[in-house]
Amino acid sequence: MKHLGLLIIVSLFSAPVFALTAAEKGLQIILELDKRDTGFGDTQATLTMRLMNRKGGHSLRSLKINTLEVIGDGDKSLIIFHTPRDIKGTAFLSYTHALVPDEQWLYLPALKRVKRISSSNKSGPFLGSEYAFEDLTSFEVAKYDAKYLRDETIEGIVCFVIELTPRYEHSGYTKQLAWIDQDRYIVLKIDYYDRKSALLKTQLFSHYQHYLNQYWRADEQLMSNHQNGKSTALHWQGYHFGLGFTARNFDKSTLKRAR
Amino acid sequence: MPDNLAFNGGQKQTLLLAIHSKLQFGLILVCFCSISPIAALEISGYGAIESLSFFHPPLDPQQHAHYLSIAIEPEFYHAWDEGLQSLVFVPYYRLSQHDSSRSHFDIRELTWLKVADDWELKVGIRKEFWGVSEAQHLVDIINQTDLVENSDTEDKLGQPMINLSLIQDWGTLDLYLLTGFQTRTFAGRAGRLRSFPAIDVDAEEFEKHGLEKHLAYAFRWSHSVANWDIGISHFYGTSRDPSLRRNIDKAGQTRLIPYYEMIHQTGLDLQLTLESVLWTLETIVRSGQGKTYFASTAGFEYSFYNLLGSALDIGIVSEYLYDSRGSHAPVVFQDDFLVALRFALNDIQSTELLAGVIFDRRHHTRFYNIEASRRLGDHWKIELEARFFSVGDNHDPAFIFRKDDHLRLELRYYF
Repeated sequence: MKHLGLLIIVSLFSAPVFALTAAEKGLQIILELDKRDTGFGDTQATLTMRLMNRKGGHSLRSLKINTLEVIGDGDKSLIIFHTPRDIKGTAFLSYTHALVPDEQWLYLPALKRVKRISSSNKSGPFLGSEYAFEDLTSFEVAKYDAKYLRDETIEGIVCFVIELTPRYEHSGYTKQLAWIDQDRYIVLKIDYYDRKSALLKTQLFSHYQHYLNQYWRADEQLMSNHQNGKSTALHWQGYHFGLGFTARNFDKSTLKRAR
Repeated sequence: MPDNLAFNGGQKQTLLLAIHSKLQFGLILVCFCSISPIAALEISGYGAIESLSFFHPPLDPQQHAHYLSIAIEPEFYHAWDEGLQSLVFVPYYRLSQHDSSRSHFDIRELTWLKVADDWELKVGIRKEFWGVSEAQHLVDIINQTDLVENSDTEDKLGQPMINLSLIQDWGTLDLYLLTGFQTRTFAGRAGRLRSFPAIDVDAEEFEKHGLEKHLAYAFRWSHSVANWDIGISHFYGTSRDPSLRRNIDKAGQTRLIPYYEMIHQTGLDLQLTLESVLWTLETIVRSGQGKTYFASTAGFEYSFYNLLGSALDIGIVSEYLYDSRGSHAPVVFQDDFLVALRFALNDIQSTELLAGVIFDRRHHTRFYNIEASRRLGDHWKIELEARFFSVGDNHDPAFIFRKDDHLRLELRYYF
């Protein structure tokens, strides 16, 4: 969100709504989306991932995710793995940034080793799932070029359809199409296009819950890969806001003892 | 990967006494645990069965071609005070066929932890790792190596300590008072890999005795600034890796005796993370074991992600290993190169493979290492390690491993 100030000024001085270009309107939509989700402070939630293959077999992952909102930069997050059992206690600390590379550390409990890892691996699978690392990092306005395409109704909800082009390096996508609820400014669906511009994955968001009278979080998400037939369902539980986290809860000392 | 196997030794301590004192400490903490509000005691861990096979007949007829063993490492964890205090207890036991020295019990962890805003206090038996390199871990010095577990020296015995971490804007300062010295574990006469003769752990010798032998002091300052991760450390106390002394016993037999000196070791570990490359450096200066010497490991790891549109990652690891004592160095690595490839399939089973070679520029010894692992279902994991030695000449400390090519297969059940 480095350029947020500049972007707001640009949008303030833009022409009236009817005359907005597709890019201006796209920017306006993601700025509003970002604004409505600003100020949540911190969250904690438990995530269950269900990895499903074409034959109907499945495998479960459970993890806990702590997030600290950083105003003016990307969020900090700490992910602690519970299952599968062989990676229990493994933890992943990430300081996300909009355009400069993220900072990431991995804690390996068997060796008691904290290893700084490369954050260039944005498009790789997260825990063998259909989610890539970049699908799970915080949304920052400056990470994308946005373009408004059209209005479209899905399941009775009027949505903006916008095209997001990643501006950061090492993305596995040429573009994403996002369906955004015009009333609540929340994402209902994302289509991901791979480096050859072919449709790769579709992500659906459902069971949105309203927290602190402002923040929407989807309890259920489903990522379907159209190319390999596999899918991953996310189930979020136990969302907590306002735990009073500080940077101290996201340092390497915490990483080594996180549970 | 074996570093100091050949000429560094440890001694099997008076095992019963050690177990007794560990149990006593355990009981105290268990009592302490019982007075705190019992919320949830988390139990996890693993049990394993291992097969260790050697491709060549042993040099000593007392040794065997194949060893089976089982191991168990449960973990008991309890937290209270909103997670700001916790107790963890991790006992470990391995039972090995043929080699009684490899059958052993250890308390890997038994620690009380207290967390505050700008400090953390850890009291008890723990393992602490320092460093960034892959081929060997020069800077890592807090724990004694549990060498009978694996020749890669990455298994450690639990170390009793008081550790205070001060967490400040200028980095983290860790202060350690290490209370209680453990000698290195070594394969027995019936075991492999070992020296000839086998190290006589019952005749161990120390430079200092009593409290001076047992107490060690250490600190480490560590910090992360942008792309850099840095650590500077110092250790003073009984060396974890002993010198080996050769003498003749009363029966006229040659013995190899571990001798544990008092040492000072200053260490630097540094990593620069640039896009897909990790540049790493570890350097130590040690005094107290003969002349003051300097040793270093420097290298990089370059990763290619999502090769050919698949989920496959390939990493190239290359390191140079140096010891200023040169050919006099009582270690295997003094002028060596490591080249390794790391494959991660990023599949549901987390299949990984590491294949590497370390070659010695002086003795032309080559040491090949292959490690692979794969999860089976949700609770099982299979691990394979294959190691081969191509020894150049008999002046290399690695000469003793020339018949020790082996394959280790381990099946673990996690609970």
